Amino acid sequence: MILEPVLTSAPDWAVRHAAVLVVVVPMLLAPLLALSPSNRLAWILTVAGTAAAFWFSLILLAIIQEVPGSAISYALGNWEPPIGIEFRVDALNAMILVLITGMGALASFIAWPTLAAEFKGERLNLLLCAFLLCFAGLAGVAATGDAFNLFVFLEVSSLATYVLVAMGAGKDRRALPAAFSYLVMGTLGASFYVIGIGLLYAATGTLNMADIAEQMPGLSGNRSVQAGLAFILVGLGLKAAMWPLHQWLPNAYAYAPGFVSMFLSATATKVALYSLIRWLFTIFQPDLAFESAVLQWVLAPLAMAAMVICSVQAIFQTDVRRMLAYSSVAQVGYILLAISVGTAAGVSAGLLHLFTHALMKGALFMAVAGICFAYQGSTIRDFAGLGRSAPFTMAAFAIAGLSLIGVPLTAGFISKLQLGYALLDQGWWWAAVVLVFASFLSVIYIGRVLQAVFFEPPLNPRKNNKEAPLLLLIPLWILALVNIFYGIDAGFPAGLAADGAAAALGLGAAQ
Amino acid sequence: MWDIILERGSYWAIIAVMMIGLYIAFSAENLIKRLVGLSLFQTTICLFYVKLANVANATAPVLLAEDMPKDAYRGEGVAELVHVYSNPLPHVLMLTAIVVGVATLSLGLALIVRINESYGTIEADEIYASDVKVQMAEDADAARTSGEVVR
Repeated sequence: MILEPVLTSAPDWAVRHAAVLVVVVPMLLAPLLALSPSNRLAWILTVAGTAAAFWFSLILLAIIQEVPGSAISYALGNWEPPIGIEFRVDALNAMILVLITGMGALASFIAWPTLAAEFKGERLNLLLCAFLLCFAGLAGVAATGDAFNLFVFLEVSSLATYVLVAMGAGKDRRALPAAFSYLVMGTLGASFYVIGIGLLYAATGTLNMADIAEQMPGLSGNRSVQAGLAFILVGLGLKAAMWPLHQWLPNAYAYAPGFVSMFLSATATKVALYSLIRWLFTIFQPDLAFESAVLQWVLAPLAMAAMVICSVQAIFQTDVRRMLAYSSVAQVGYILLAISVGTAAGVSAGLLHLFTHALMKGALFMAVAGICFAYQGSTIRDFAGLGRSAPFTMAAFAIAGLSLIGVPLTAGFISKLQLGYALLDQGWWWAAVVLVFASFLSVIYIGRVLQAVFFEPPLNPRKNNKEAPLLLLIPLWILALVNIFYGIDAGFPAGLAADGAAAALGLGAAQ
Repeated sequence: MWDIILERGSYWAIIAVMMIGLYIAFSAENLIKRLVGLSLFQTTICLFYVKLANVANATAPVLLAEDMPKDAYRGEGVAELVHVYSNPLPHVLMLTAIVVGVATLSLGLALIVRINESYGTIEADEIYASDVKVQMAEDADAARTSGEVVR
């Protein structure tokens, strides 16, 4: 029990209301930021807000871990759950909340050095306000137990995300069309989700997720439920960048401001994947014949297509951020493949990969943000020779890159190993072959960058020895060291993932 | 056969308008038209929910005079409803969805204004073409400078 001190030191009000405070604190801070007179004050408030949310989610995790298999139910406004809106946190949500709020806190740290240089003298507080709204929306998606409430939080976070992506326009105007096409696709995804909710409401008459789940066994074979599942799968698939619904992702990540792509890559698709797991396993039980067919014949082929095709596309990118974005789509494929196995081991491997991928992609995008800040360029050619001029930044980049490939002693290796075991347990040896093949492709695209960084002479000899700023280096190295630490001792994330999978499948605590 | 189709006439109409909106959102080159298609799509979702809430021969979910027992205002009395009313919950949900739709539309229009300022056009194909041109110029530039380094 590492988290016991968090619980014992927390005041009573924090323990009682943590489930809702994790969302409310950043959401109420956001309008205050818009009024803030100075940029620096706004940044300090952002860091404080995200750090507070991280603390609340650690409290939640500690409460959950005290009694294995338990869930916290928080009735908003004291209206009893099936009628009122419920925030429901079990082992699965708690893990996702810790991930989002932790990455959000790190992202808000690097916001100041990267943004202050990019937007000289402009009103950063409005941008940070959008960031906090996005953060609060994502935390809300993870915390809520109400199907329609989930849609509202999803749209709160998405609308803020479109603004954040468009803010990259100061550097590169291509951010604007990228944000617009993200807006169209994202809204279509959310609308599909709402249609699915409507069809389920028609069949069950309730919007509370736990309540819908209770009625599901009596409704097997109901056409309305099946259509609802299809709409929800497509809608959340769009938000999660499931291949071939990922067209918005590469441009949005490539042209957004540096800290935004770091935050989005670590959280936005992860939250959509979480709600997909929640719907597929907690609400629709996987023993429904219709759903197991969906998992095996729709999700698994799409996931494998993403792993291979997007990895190949990543190899041919000249811009490092675009390459990492395509790699993100491929990694979503890994997670979806793990989910599509449909067993507890599969979901647990998917959750573990979700966790480790957030760690390594966050570190990679953070390092690239630092390089963009110090050297004003993000093509592979700009990276040439940086191993000598920015050794600390690039060493962390290399560690995270190796973790992305899945080299032993890094976190990425553990999660890919778990995924391989889950696939072989089910007898899906062909999927395991695709997994290994896609990993080789990632050796090529990460290797291209690492070769330029460490073995090529710098493009511009005048390039001075310039590291990323210290405020960025500290969170970057935290992520890099965590990547190595979990590669050696994966007990903590693996336990979280196993508990989360057990909570998703309704099996009680995994021991 | 015809019974099934005609009984659900309003649903067919909703689906038809929905698909028209979706088609416009994907096929139009003009960004404003894309937003129009998107709004059409979102509006038909509201129609779909309102149709779901419908109960045969029902009124709006409002308490009328006959529904009110005499002591209703003293807090104890429970209204014995005379009228059949349609389900109010989907209506409430759609109020939220309309707000989300307005926010999306206004943000989309703001983005279009910015796109028009920096590209001078709001046609998706022209924006794409000018992006490709910029990219090719950048690539050629980069190839030249890296050639210099090799020499």
